[in-house]
Amino acid sequence: MSHQAIVQHIPAMRRYARSLTGDVWAADDLVQDTLERACSKWRLWLAGTDLRAWLFTVMHNIFISDVRSVQRRSGAHPAVPLEDAAHELQAPPSTADLQMDLQRCLLQLPPDQRAVLLLVTMEDLGYAEVAKITGVPVGTVMSRLSRARERMRELMTQQSSKPALHARATTDTVAHPPALRRLK
Amino acid sequence: MTPPTQPSDSPDPALDAALLSLHRDVLGEAVPPTLLKAAHQLDTLQARTARNRRWLGMAASMVLAVSVGWFAHGALSPGNAGYARGSLEREFVRQASFAHEVYLPEKRHPVEVAAAEQEHLVQWLSKRLGKPLKVPSLAAQGFELVGGRLLPGDAGARAQFMFQDAQGQRLTLYMGSLQKADNATDLQSTQFRFESAGNTPSFYWAEKGFGYALSGQVDKATLMALASTVYSQIH
Repeated sequence: MSHQAIVQHIPAMRRYARSLTGDVWAADDLVQDTLERACSKWRLWLAGTDLRAWLFTVMHNIFISDVRSVQRRSGAHPAVPLEDAAHELQAPPSTADLQMDLQRCLLQLPPDQRAVLLLVTMEDLGYAEVAKITGVPVGTVMSRLSRARERMRELMTQQSSKPALHARATTDTVAHPPALRRLK
Repeated sequence: MTPPTQPSDSPDPALDAALLSLHRDVLGEAVPPTLLKAAHQLDTLQARTARNRRWLGMAASMVLAVSVGWFAHGALSPGNAGYARGSLEREFVRQASFAHEVYLPEKRHPVEVAAAEQEHLVQWLSKRLGKPLKVPSLAAQGFELVGGRLLPGDAGARAQFMFQDAQGQRLTLYMGSLQKADNATDLQSTQFRFESAGNTPSFYWAEKGFGYALSGQVDKATLMALASTVYSQIH
């Protein structure tokens, strides 16, 4: 393994991290943590195997453990400030807005589903590779993917038809209802 | 709202295309220097390992030279089967104590693979010794694992795990086969035995031809207690 080999994957890692976290700084922090961990554990990478898949595996593990520790600390689900969302949703549609909507809907998916959806669509990885990266069986990857797509369609439809006040959170977070909550 | 969906794969071209173009601009952005710096650490880390390996090579050949001398001494001495077996064990303990003394004073490279990578360390040494190894935990006795290394022995690869307490006192657990598999007629197991012939006292025992020696400059009773803890954790 050489550092050039790693550097070549950084742009894709940054983009994936950006979509996963929805935040420029959090994304680069995640990539930085991933690079540091990957470099210190480079012996664990088996020469000849897919370096990108290994880097994404390291990143996935860090992301999931970060999400869990945040949830443990706050005991809450990621919330979207209602007023901000309402403002953005009422703006006239444009490409940038579409991206923002898409990103906001993504952030309402449970992190596991979000990761699977992005790995399959954005990174164009096969189910078996995604299963390895996320450490779950292929069947779970497929059901998460299917739920993620379903949820995204619902969320996108809600966003375009009835704006924010009625935008509902997800279905499989029944135990912890609204993900949209007033922060102020 | 919606009942749990059946796991069915229903690709959505519009959604997939939208996701494919999400944050596409990031791909063309220059990589921030902090990230490049993080990736460059790899060179430093790899160079350090290569240095360790070279240094280990030197240390290992030193241990080997001394051991060969001893082995020749043992082989040339007159004796019977019982004596040969006894000398095999003595040889094992002696090598354990040499290895202990060689690495004991080492400040920067006491081990080849550090405790932070314990899983890798155990997998690697188990593979090289051809036997699943367990690293005992001596945390309750105040000793933390520093790491481990691979060493040459008379019957092939041997492993050394190093532990250290808050005062910097170090213990090593040395293990490996007593004899090569092809000439091991009876795989002996022995009781605990205390050896203090060398500079470093050791407790030694063998289980089916696989020897263990715990060495350290601590009093006999403490070493005995530590050895029992190790024994009960790995057998």
